[in-house]
Amino acid sequence: MGILDRFFKKKKEEKESLWTKCPECKTILYMPELSANLKVCPKCNYHFPMSAKERVESLLDENAQLLFENILPKDPLRFKDTKPYKDRLKQAQEDTGLSEALVVVRGNLKDIHVVLAVMDFNFIGGSMGSVVGERFYRACKLCANEELPLISVITSGGARMQEGILSLMQMAKTSIGVGFLREKGVPYITVLTDPTMGGVSASFAFLGDVIMAEPKSLIGFAGPRVIEQTIKQQLPEGFQRAEFLLEKGMIDIVVHRKELKDTLYKLLSMATYWKRFNLTAL
Amino acid sequence: MVLEFEKDYLELYQKVDQLKRIYKLGNKEKEEELRKLQRELRKKAKELYRKLDPWDRVLLARHSQRPHTLDYINMIFRNFIELHGDRCFGDDRSIVAGFAYFESMPVAVIGHEKGKSTKEKMERNFGMPHPEGYRKAIRVAKLAEKYHMPVITFVDTPGAYPGIGAEERGQSEAIAESLYTFGYLKVPSVAVVIGEGGSGGALALAVANRVLMFENAIYSVISPEGCAAILWKDQSKVKEASLALKLTAQDLLRLGVIDYIVPEPLGASHIDPVRSARVLKYFLRKCIKQLLSKNTEEILRERIEKFGSMGVFLEQ
Ligand SMILES: [Zn+2]
Repeated sequence: MGILDRFFKKKKEEKESLWTKCPECKTILYMPELSANLKVCPKCNYHFPMSAKERVESLLDENAQLLFENILPKDPLRFKDTKPYKDRLKQAQEDTGLSEALVVVRGNLKDIHVVLAVMDFNFIGGSMGSVVGERFYRACKLCANEELPLISVITSGGARMQEGILSLMQMAKTSIGVGFLREKGVPYITVLTDPTMGGVSASFAFLGDVIMAEPKSLIGFAGPRVIEQTIKQQLPEGFQRAEFLLEKGMIDIVVHRKELKDTLYKLLSMATYWKRFNLTAL
Repeated sequence: MVLEFEKDYLELYQKVDQLKRIYKLGNKEKEEELRKLQRELRKKAKELYRKLDPWDRVLLARHSQRPHTLDYINMIFRNFIELHGDRCFGDDRSIVAGFAYFESMPVAVIGHEKGKSTKEKMERNFGMPHPEGYRKAIRVAKLAEKYHMPVITFVDTPGAYPGIGAEERGQSEAIAESLYTFGYLKVPSVAVVIGEGGSGGALALAVANRVLMFENAIYSVISPEGCAAILWKDQSKVKEASLALKLTAQDLLRLGVIDYIVPEPLGASHIDPVRSARVLKYFLRKCIKQLLSKNTEEILRERIEKFGSMGVFLEQ
């Protein structure tokens, strides 16, 4: 348990079982052991979903600082489907202990000071509404101003339908945010995890200078079911998985979770080297 | 195609049309009757189109006779020269792009095109682009920037195409790069939602200094059908979904997402495309005039601030 505990509200106490079954190889796994293994199945390397908190703790040192928690969701359309959006928000906050689906943290990745924007799938499917957009946009501004590398670790089902068109506009907003980093020459790395789809995929996820992905993550614009319904045929095995995207030239690296921190560090040390020492190659 | 709620109106419209022809042939005694019927028609149109619910507008926005991008290009612009291809994979005909004169000014025009006949619709994939479509749009937008031309885009798509090839060739990357490119374009830009503004595939051509929307166009994060299926788990709840999504021009103006509503002729754009084009031309002229008075830096800053401030949240 890291120091971040004091930032994240306590999750609703659940009688969580100490045992879980790997959906891939069906091995029964002991939860504390699984957590200690970064939630990767020791038998088959299946990457279980990680919460935002677990992700932050797996990448940054303990003195990390949570940002933009003062930006909170509203219900601009007074949206109600089978359930009011307000209730869904409250439920998600209680279930996850988070205030929204995107958590922004600044801290040290070994000796490099970075800002980390992490999504949590358990918060309404990691969907992007106004708060996700605004927090990300502010993270970009901050990183551009202070010349700090930005890393996004993404998992999202896409747009937050309950915020209607305002949710769609966050695609434009976050893409413009990435522009601040491009203009300042600040590194922006994205890590796509299972799943990265729709409006988030088609905005700040695919605008990374370097795009990494965790093994077997589902990544794409349209969901596989929608595609199957449209083309009326079954999709090939492995379609829209990280390895498939690597083969098609759409992402840079598939990284095992255990190597993610080192890979990010290796890349960022090089990407920030010349600027850090105020050097230019020519 | 005739929509259920426009049946009565169209019947009356045809009657007036017939009478008008008879009158023009010299039957002056029909004048009184004609005037009476025209009054009736206007009244009926007002009644009918005032109480349109969002789902009716979805149907109007998708109406097969509704003017599309090429119709507007032909009616509003001169000397259109179409440019093709993304220089990488192919030419996506669901997006048309090129240069043309708007009044006396050369501009770039880029837009989704759904097509009219069944054959053309197939060729244009019903206005649903693949990545190469967006890459063509990006290419032409950058050319416009190079030549200091304003950019005018037309938005009319059910959405980016959900298919195998589209995913393999990077639909997400193409849309994201398009959002970025149009966001940072150094020339003035105006986007017009003329029919269906479907999700990210629409927004990819709609990041502009001014965003206009026709009165009966729709613009939404997801189709009402998709939304009903996901949130209501019931495909028949399209009316509820289209109401909840707030996808009409009136809603979007209220939410600050668009700048102007372009009024449509009585009975909607497909009844009188020429008049529709004339009204749009007036709005385009107005927007371009506003934008030409600003320098590059202002154009850029204004657009970034416009999209950077979108969204509603609580700040404590
Ligand atoms: Zn396993």
